[in-house]
Parts: sequence; C-alpha cells; structure tokens
Amino acid sequence: MTHTRTATLVLGARPYGEAPLDVLITEGRIAAVGDAARAQAEQLHAEQPEGLRTLEAEGLIMLPGMVDLHTHLREPGREDAETVETGSRAAAKGGFTAVHAMANSSPVADSAGVVEQVHRLGRASGWTEVYPVGAVTVGLAGERLAELGAMAESSAQVRMFSDDGMCVHNPVLMRRALEYVKTVDGFIAQHAQEPMLTEGAQMNEGDVSAILGLPGWPAVAEESIIARDVLLAQHVGSRLHICHVSTAGSVEIIRWAKERGIDVTAEVTPHHLLLTDELVRGYDPVYKVNPPLRTSADVEALRAGLADGTIDIIGTDHAPHPTQAKECEWSAAAMGMTGLETALPVIIKTMIATGLMDWRRFAEVTSIMPARIYRHAHQGRPLEAGEPANLILIDPESTQVVDPAGHASKGRNSPFRGMELPGSVRATFLHGHPVVLDGELNTPLTHPTPETPAREVSA
Amino acid sequence: MRHLLSTADLSHTQALSILDTAEEMAAVSTREVKKLPTLRGRTVVNLFFEDSTRTRISFEAAAKRLSADVMNFSAKGSSVSKGESLKDTVQTLEAIGADAIVMRHWASGAAAQLAASDWTDCAVINAGDGTHEHPTQALLDALTLRRGWSAAQGQDPRGTDLTGMRVLIVGDILHSRVARSNIWLLRTLGADVGLVAPATLLPVGVEKWPVSVYYSLDEALGSGPEAGPDAIMMLRVQAERMGGAYFPTAAEYTRRWGLTDERLARLEAHRGAAGQTPMILHPGPMNRGVEISAAAADSPMNQVLDQVSHGVSVRMAVLHLLLSSSERNTA
Repeated sequence: MTHTRTATLVLGARPYGEAPLDVLITEGRIAAVGDAARAQAEQLHAEQPEGLRTLEAEGLIMLPGMVDLHTHLREPGREDAETVETGSRAAAKGGFTAVHAMANSSPVADSAGVVEQVHRLGRASGWTEVYPVGAVTVGLAGERLAELGAMAESSAQVRMFSDDGMCVHNPVLMRRALEYVKTVDGFIAQHAQEPMLTEGAQMNEGDVSAILGLPGWPAVAEESIIARDVLLAQHVGSRLHICHVSTAGSVEIIRWAKERGIDVTAEVTPHHLLLTDELVRGYDPVYKVNPPLRTSADVEALRAGLADGTIDIIGTDHAPHPTQAKECEWSAAAMGMTGLETALPVIIKTMIATGLMDWRRFAEVTSIMPARIYRHAHQGRPLEAGEPANLILIDPESTQVVDPAGHASKGRNSPFRGMELPGSVRATFLHGHPVVLDGELNTPLTHPTPETPAREVSA
Repeated sequence: MRHLLSTADLSHTQALSILDTAEEMAAVSTREVKKLPTLRGRTVVNLFFEDSTRTRISFEAAAKRLSADVMNFSAKGSSVSKGESLKDTVQTLEAIGADAIVMRHWASGAAAQLAASDWTDCAVINAGDGTHEHPTQALLDALTLRRGWSAAQGQDPRGTDLTGMRVLIVGDILHSRVARSNIWLLRTLGADVGLVAPATLLPVGVEKWPVSVYYSLDEALGSGPEAGPDAIMMLRVQAERMGGAYFPTAAEYTRRWGLTDERLARLEAHRGAAGQTPMILHPGPMNRGVEISAAAADSPMNQVLDQVSHGVSVRMAVLHLLLSSSERNTA
C-alpha cells in the first residue's frame, strides 16, 4: 500500500531515564511498549517489510516532546530575522513538538487574520506544531483590548494572550483582560515590566550597572507588576501566567501567591538559569535581553524555584535578530537571544547535572506543564501505549560546543556561543513522524494533522 | 598598553608612567617651539559622536604637538536611526590609514566594543563613552592634583602618587563618566575619595565602591580646620536633571550641594597637613551660580585653567605611549 516507512520500533530507550524499554510507534501514536512492542513490530514487518524503521536507542533517554510557550518566530514582518519555517526547523532540532509564537510580529498578531496566517504557515512547515499567541491589546499599545474572541474562534483557536515585549501595565486594562479571557477559556501571559521604572533601562540595576554606566533595570520593576497581577487574578478569578521570571523576589511573590491558591503559573528561560549580568562587562550586545541577565543570587533562586515547583515551566523566549541588530553599540542593540536549539543542554547543565531535578521533573517543566497550561490534549502526554507519539530521544552523555553557525534558526545571537554543553537531541517525533533523526533534520510531517486539535475539557 | 579605555584597567605603574610622561610633555609646551617629531607620519582621528569642542581641540593640540596628522570626524546622531553603523565608520577610517582613533560616544562601552572588535587595528582612546568613563579627564585631574600635593610637600611630582590625599567629588555621580574614571584612578594612586550627592544621583551599588559617601556637603567638608578635604571636584549639573526628577529645584541643589560663597570661605580657612589650601577642580564648563558660585569659580584655589593645559600634556603622553609602542611592534 505504501512505500514509505510509517512505523518505528525504538529499541532500548530509557523512558524518563528509567529502565530501558522497546517502543513501537505507528499511525501517530505509541502503539505498544515493552515486549508487546517487539511482538507487534514483528507482525507489522511480516505484513509490510518496507514499512518498519528500527532505531537502536541504547543509552538514549525518551521524553515527551518539549512544548515552548514562549517563542518569537518573527513572521510576518521580520522574515530577515526568522520565518515560521526556519523557526520550526530550529524547534524540531531542539526537541520541541509544539511552540507558541508570540504576538509581536509586524503586523501584530492582534486579529483573526494574522493568527490564522501564522497557524497556517506552521501547519505548512510541518516541523513542529505552531500555535499563535494573540495580542492582549491592539498593536501591543496597551490602550484597548484586541479582539480576543475573534482570535479564539478563528481556525487558530487561540487560548493564550500576551503583549510580550510590552507589559500590560495599565491596572484597569489588565483587570479587564483577565476577566475577558474567562469568556474564551483562555489565559493572559504577562510580560512583567513596569515601564516607568525601566525607561531607557539597559541592564540589571546593581553592582555591575553602577560601574558600567548603563541605566539600570531594577528587580522591583518586575516584582511590583507580578505582585499586582497575582492579586488581580485572585480578585477576578482568572488564569495568569508570568513570562520569563528573572529575579529572586519574583520567585518569592509567586510562591506566596500559590500558597494562597491563586491560579498563577510561571516560566523561566534557560538563559536566566545560567547567565548573569557579570557577562555584560564586555559590552557584547549578545548578552542584552529583556528581562536582563540578573545576579548569581537570582540564578540560584530561579533554579530552586524551578526544582520545587514554584516555577512551573521552561519557556525559551527564543528571540532571533539579524546580525546588524547586535553588531552595534550596546544601547542601540536589540534585546533578545536565540534559545530553541540550546534549551535542552542548558537545562541539563543547570538542573540535571547539578542534581536539582530528575528526568521526570524535566518532562514536567519542558512538556507536561506547558501543555497543561495551554490545555493541549495531545502534547505532554505520558509515554504509554495509546498516547500520541510526540516525543524525543536524547543522548545525555554527549557534549557539544555551541556554534550558532550550525543552527537551523536564522538567528546567530546565541549567548552560549563557544560553551561546551551536555546532552543533545537525537530524534524528534511529531505525531509519530521522525522530523529529526540522528540529530539532524529529516523530513517534515506532510500528512495533515487535525485542523482543530482536540482539547481537554476544562474542569 | 594597546588602548586607553578605562582607568579601572590602569595599574599603579601604568598610571604613574602616563603622569610622568605628561610632565615631560608639559615641559615641551613651555618651549618656544612647542613640537616634538615623535609621531611624524602617524594619523590620529578624532571620531566624535557627541559634541565636545573642549575635548576635541585638546586632543587635536596634543596630536599636533607630537607632529601627527589629525583628522576630525564628527558623526552626530544614533548609528541606528541615522546613517552608517559604528562598524562601517570605523572600517572606513581604518582604510584611510588611521593609526589611532580618539572616540567620544554617547553609548557607554562603545570604546571597549571598538577595541574588542576586529573592525580595526587602531589604538583606541576613550574620550568619553556615555555615562561610563572619561579616562583622560581623570588623568589630567590626577596630574593637577599631584602637582598641588607634591608642591605642598616640597617634592618633585615625578614618581609620586596621591597617598594620603583626601579628595571630594560633588554632584551627579550617577550620570558622570568623569566621576567614575576619577574614582578608580584616584584610588589606584592612593587617595581617599569621598562622594557627595543627593541619593538620587548616586548609583545603586555605590555602597560597594571603595569610597566614603555623604549626602551632605557640609558634613563632608567637616568641622574644624584640619578636617576638610585637600581637593574638591565640583561636577557640572546637567540642565535635564533639574526638572524635578532627581532633585526639586536648582536653588535647592545649590543650597545643599553647591560650592557657595559660605562654603568657599570654609575651604579658604582650611589648611592641609602641609599648610596648603585646598584645590578646587571642575571639568568644565561651569554653571556659575548652580554648582559653583562666581567667587569660587574665580578663586585662586580654582585649578580649572591648569586642568585645561594639563589636558593637552596628558593626551600627548597617552598618544605617545600608545603609538610609539605600537610602532615598535609593526617595525
């Protein structure tokens, strides 16, 4: 019937780093696990010898495909920095089976038309699932609500709304946004940055900024917005997600909010788990990012918060920029770093190699929780028979020296350039199809996924 | 030393070497023919992204007295919003044959970026970068202070440092590249440094600096004739800080942090360890009536014109030290 291989038998991979098992993947799902996998594979092979691919995966760890709630794909508008196609390739190589494209494109994703365009481009690329994030306010201007209902009802079925890059700083508007998303079963992802406290800010305000003479970006500018917004979310009974938490104080406020039962979730980027403002001393704009790199005390608090569950997920804040946007004066340079293709090794270095986290927790913060926050029904699922086959195989023992020139992203602005990092993605399965094999891009998924993916019924 | 980017990078030996060379250069400036052939055939470019006539003509005079060819390149405005990038500008200058680039830039760190880049092999001299540093200003201040400090002790200034000298820096520390460069250099030379400013004009993190911090100028001036400073450096208050954001009014600033006639009288009464009166420094241009009274501006204690002439000597020394060593490397 078919001359392409549609089934894969993965031999001896260790799910969540535990005991090795064989796993059979057919028709987009995990068909069988353990002895049953081999038995069914033999049957398949007998029926259709060409249809079965066998993957020796001894020593590799199997995990659910990673889900990034915070990605900048730049299309439409800045196709010189990234396109949905190139960003999707980067996502697949980095082990992500779903990404959520932030709304700060040009035009802004504040209408059904733009989110449908991004969604369509993602489906056409086929390297990962692409979910557009809708803007909270028209043009990210923070003045009036965008048509959240129209975006929710569009073919993109948007549920996550964010003005990321800009803070929804007007407290009344933020309150209304939190209330309004309840009507579309969505949530607000806040970029917490009080704009008046960060006018012209260039880097973390502290010992290093004092010496470098760069305008400081105080931690309180982030923390004051988070404190306000968790109280607003409690008051109106809505769901709030905090993007890229970067300070120890923010972790404390979120911990307090969760103890009070407030429905808040939080994310941290890989770069905030590893890098500090000490790197700014050379004025290399590759380290310029929003929120800024903070101190080693903040890094420690973020790691501890991620380990203990105060912080729920990793979000990459992958932010590619063209070369000239970083090859200039620090104050003139764009903010942002690439992250899709370095996230996994950085998390291994900061959280696994340090003993702060095991592979189960890794799966939670990179896949299960982000999928649950968005209420995806087919991502972040258990590695069990019958589940959708969105999963990755990683080699935890290998090391790589980061070379942005080899990245699938158009962005070369990786702050990890030249660093030796542990772990690599060997294979990425998207709906059972290996979009990445042997650590390299294979072929995109060509058969269409369901137009409107099934979603969990919210409780 | 290949570049001069920051006084924080200077060792005690390097700082003394620049100051001692500057003393030699000062001697040249008193001769009938104020010129040395040292940098004949070398090209110095003054690349100014910000207006500063004083600094530019000082560097120009310094380069010309060393017989260098001088080009002035004024490139006002942001490299992103208008015109070409810093990279392209600098590569153009490199192609023209510049040996040294003296750069004034509105962006903190621009000189360090240029020195770290592969855009040029020129020696880079930071002539003021944003609110970061202005190392030649600090060196000329140190030359001025050392003259006064050594004279009071009856010493030749050459080879000496500022050990034991007490220097106050008064005003907008937060936004001052002059203050930052002075703090690191004066500490390297052994001086005690006090900063005097409203809390709004001190950077977060200042408590970790090797200085004393005073919110009150009167407290910093001390009580009793032996308690005062050996030198006081008044920083210019920028007009854009006076709008009420950093301090309420210019009048309140003057009352609390200005070198008024009353405070001048206290300084005049003060005698240092060797019986000398304190020196008053100002990087210029002065706001008479704001941070400094007319009487203080015109006082014989005020070193402002000496600072200007020392500026030429120090910049000659820096150009000489950077370019004559690089000549040896390429010959």
